Amino acid sequence: MPFAETGALAIRDVSKRFRTRTNTVHALDSVSLTVRPGEFICLVGPSGCGKSTLLDIVAGLTKPDTGTVTADGEPIAGPGRHRLVMFQDSALFPWLTVLGNVLFGLKLVPGLDRAQRHDIAMEYLRLVGLADFARSNIHELSGGMRQRTAFARALAPDPKVLLMDEPLSALDALTREQLYADIQRICAERRKTVMLVTHNVREAVCLGDRVVLMSPRPGRIREEFTIDLPRPRDVNAPEVAEYASRIMAALRTFMEPAL
Amino acid sequence: MRRTVVAGLFFLALIGAWQAMTMSGRWSAVLLPSPIDVGLYLREAIADGSLVEATAVTMRRLLLGYAIGLAIGLPLGLLCSTSTFAEDTIGVLSLGLQTLPSVCWIPLALLWFGQTEGAMLFIVVMGTVWSAIIATDTGARTISPSFARAARTMGSEGIHKWTRVILPASLPFLIGGMKQGWAFAWRSLMAAEIFVSILTGFGLGHLLHYGRELNAMDQVIGIMFVIVTIGLLADKLLFAPWERFMHRRWGTGVPPA
Repeated sequence: MPFAETGALAIRDVSKRFRTRTNTVHALDSVSLTVRPGEFICLVGPSGCGKSTLLDIVAGLTKPDTGTVTADGEPIAGPGRHRLVMFQDSALFPWLTVLGNVLFGLKLVPGLDRAQRHDIAMEYLRLVGLADFARSNIHELSGGMRQRTAFARALAPDPKVLLMDEPLSALDALTREQLYADIQRICAERRKTVMLVTHNVREAVCLGDRVVLMSPRPGRIREEFTIDLPRPRDVNAPEVAEYASRIMAALRTFMEPAL
Repeated sequence: MRRTVVAGLFFLALIGAWQAMTMSGRWSAVLLPSPIDVGLYLREAIADGSLVEATAVTMRRLLLGYAIGLAIGLPLGLLCSTSTFAEDTIGVLSLGLQTLPSVCWIPLALLWFGQTEGAMLFIVVMGTVWSAIIATDTGARTISPSFARAARTMGSEGIHKWTRVILPASLPFLIGGMKQGWAFAWRSLMAAEIFVSILTGFGLGHLLHYGRELNAMDQVIGIMFVIVTIGLLADKLLFAPWERFMHRRWGTGVPPA
């Protein structure tokens, strides 16, 4: 068996409210979702539909009010290095080099010695095409290179689940397309379970095995679309556009009408 | 290299102007000794060992007190940044006492510790500790929440989180606070040494005080010169490496184009 079949997620009846000074936001209302090992799931929906909250709950950074989330049958009690997160703002540490950032998570993995950690970090930097920038400072990198570094940092400790919170939304279109190809290639090679939050429907179709459409107030799952297209996919391919327009049509049914 | 030459010329010009003023004869040599007199005093004081010993005494007090102040201030500052209770108690106390020039502690320090090293150390610690608390507190509160979130997902907790994430992330604030603490400590120690004779060791402040008593202005200016030099050296040796590191990593400190 070349790959262990791990990384299954089971989300059952998860609800979450946030109380602010002025009102209560019903971020998630009885959300259930099952993710198979190695599956690439994209959560899409308008702002406020609770997609990022759901990601935070799976990451263990937020606790649900009710409901359960399990990873490979184990309840999620808090953050753990089997579920690593890529953040929208990359969240790279400016006091460390590119290599230092990738090593950060590896140093918290038990049983690796210095040389092994270094080899693993360099391997992942090569995978994202940044081996030559190992000694660079974070401020010297472009936005796309930062997200590649964040990708390497999240992959290096070999998590079972990769959680991506709009990691590409701040990038320009060309860089984004390059990263679509890289993410597809690497995720297929390493067979990670991936949960990606985005508000870009084409991106979701391009990357996802399944696209989960969510609606706001309260945050609910509205519809699921299985994307039955061969990989690697091109975000500009007509088949991708076709799926995207179907999802957009479903999205419009619950979007507030434009004025 | 060019910058060193410019700085060197600037100070040579200053000394030249000073020399010219003393040579004009308008002021008595008692009030304004010439740079040559000051230089002669410094050479003599170095030769007879009094200056070296006084510098050593002062630096020992300063470094020890500063280290104690940081050792107390850093953890308390971190505590203030996490606990509302600590912020409302220790935090407010620090803010209050930071505004108090630590020279004001001299009367109490003398009563409590007598004319001892303890009194000197106490005053230096009082100069350092509040700045260190406030800088650490502010620094730890100002870091981007996404750093803490990213660190948590990778399994960084407890001591690891504090030493590998919170402290380095607050480095830009910490350096400022450490410099301020150093400046306060240095000033208060000089004041204490000028005011109080401690039998266990004559520091630079004492030498300056006796220069005044003996009307030896060459000594007074010579000691002032040493104090300034130590201040500059401390900045270059203690803080400049950290600042260079910070500017390199964060990409800051680039002069405006």
